[in-house]
Amino acid sequence: MSELLTQLSYCVEFGKIDKASPYPPNLKGQEGADEIARRALDEGIKPDEILDKALIPAMAIVGDKFTKKIIYVPQMLMAAKAMSSAMKHLKPYFQSGETKRKGKFIIGTVSGDLHDIGKNLVAMMIEGAGWEIIDLGVDVNTDKFLKAINDNPGAVVGLSALLTTTMEHMKKTVEAIKGNYSGVTTLVGGAPVTMDYCLKIGADFYSPDPQGAVNYLNQFALK
Amino acid sequence: MITTLKGTNTEVNINTAGPVVIIGESINPTRRKKLVTTLQEGDFSFVLELAESQIKAGADVLDVNVGFPGVDDEKLLPETVRVLQDNIDVPLCLDSPNPRAIEAALKVARGKCLINSVNGEERSLAALLPVAKEYGAAIIGLCMDDDGITHDPEKRLAIAEKIIERALKTGINQEDVVVDPLAMAVSADPNACLVTLETIRLVHTRLGHNITQGASNISFGLPDRESLNAAFMTLSIFNGLTCPIANPEKITAAVRATDLVLGRDDFAVRFVEYFQSRQPIQY
Repeated sequence: MSELLTQLSYCVEFGKIDKASPYPPNLKGQEGADEIARRALDEGIKPDEILDKALIPAMAIVGDKFTKKIIYVPQMLMAAKAMSSAMKHLKPYFQSGETKRKGKFIIGTVSGDLHDIGKNLVAMMIEGAGWEIIDLGVDVNTDKFLKAINDNPGAVVGLSALLTTTMEHMKKTVEAIKGNYSGVTTLVGGAPVTMDYCLKIGADFYSPDPQGAVNYLNQFALK
Repeated sequence: MITTLKGTNTEVNINTAGPVVIIGESINPTRRKKLVTTLQEGDFSFVLELAESQIKAGADVLDVNVGFPGVDDEKLLPETVRVLQDNIDVPLCLDSPNPRAIEAALKVARGKCLINSVNGEERSLAALLPVAKEYGAAIIGLCMDDDGITHDPEKRLAIAEKIIERALKTGINQEDVVVDPLAMAVSADPNACLVTLETIRLVHTRLGHNITQGASNISFGLPDRESLNAAFMTLSIFNGLTCPIANPEKITAAVRATDLVLGRDDFAVRFVEYFQSRQPIQY
């Protein structure tokens, strides 16, 4: 594998965004994911290869370390930012269709709930696994979810709820999705959510951590 | 400024000059499966257990949140309040996003409760202020409004002012509005806690109101949450926080220590008392 891809992978895993970023301290002044991804493309490395051999594996390591509590939310966010700074150089290839992503993932925090950290982490991890993210934000009502599904046929939907009192909205939205678009796959998550609750409201998958959602989607993409 | 809350016979005075009053957070279904299953069976023994252990650990007031999927909290909240007040005598803080549940609970509650919470959204003000006035309850005014959450302390202060102004117009006494500056996780935003600390300072110095906050979640996504929560608690109290909503089992020691350091615990009476209450008795 190209030296550049190894370097890029390292930058993403350890959250080195670009040359100007002071984090992590031991890489201060060195090039980050931003510059290295650009250089890799300029040197003729295929965008597919950058995605498959550097970004996706690096983010998988990050997700695994998070699950094992080797890193925490701040480190994970920096890794995700580094991933995004590399990903932006790939956007033109996604748009032209030269590089394909695994699918579309619609995500949002349900109505009445303003928590966004968990939702953002999951969105970043799934983007880092090679999916296109459609982030609807927080306090997303059922109609907004339905409209996004209508506009993006075939997309998988992720719903987040962080309060026991807003889980009811998660149920309503999942039911509306299943009622209107029976083939759509729904994932649910958030502190008060459990596998029990997921099954009870008719959602397809629950994971207590972002990597679980990524693993499920990877299987899903193979189907 | 003093905000007085009442149980059946007891009275708790929250004073802007301190010492700190602790509102116990643990009657809340998030990550407490046992609370959900027992309440679903109409069994209140675990709620009472949570109440008693929190009071023993230093809670002066208890937050009561029984909202979870599949439950009618317009029935369950008043029922829980009744059971709690039949067995323990500390003021209650009624916690629900459903104004009808709050009203139903106020109807049966004795004493003077705190409503958690009213925010600056028109819908919230219109639904809850008249209810607070009618039942003589105090309110928590949460610093967010129709535009969502702002990260500018001056804007949060402006929302607090708006809630206070509207409360006064409704006939609620000024001291019965306790401000919640809104605390957010520091793991996602390095400045999140600074924004809250600055809001506390502004509300304390410019408005002089009592201040609460649910602060246990500032440490979300990080290890050693207790140390982090204690550091934030201490700084918040220094800036003007007077009645945090927190887990007394984990935070009372830091709160008593801060009161002592700030000269609000003469001869360390409360600090020593608390320490000794947590030690096994030795003869």
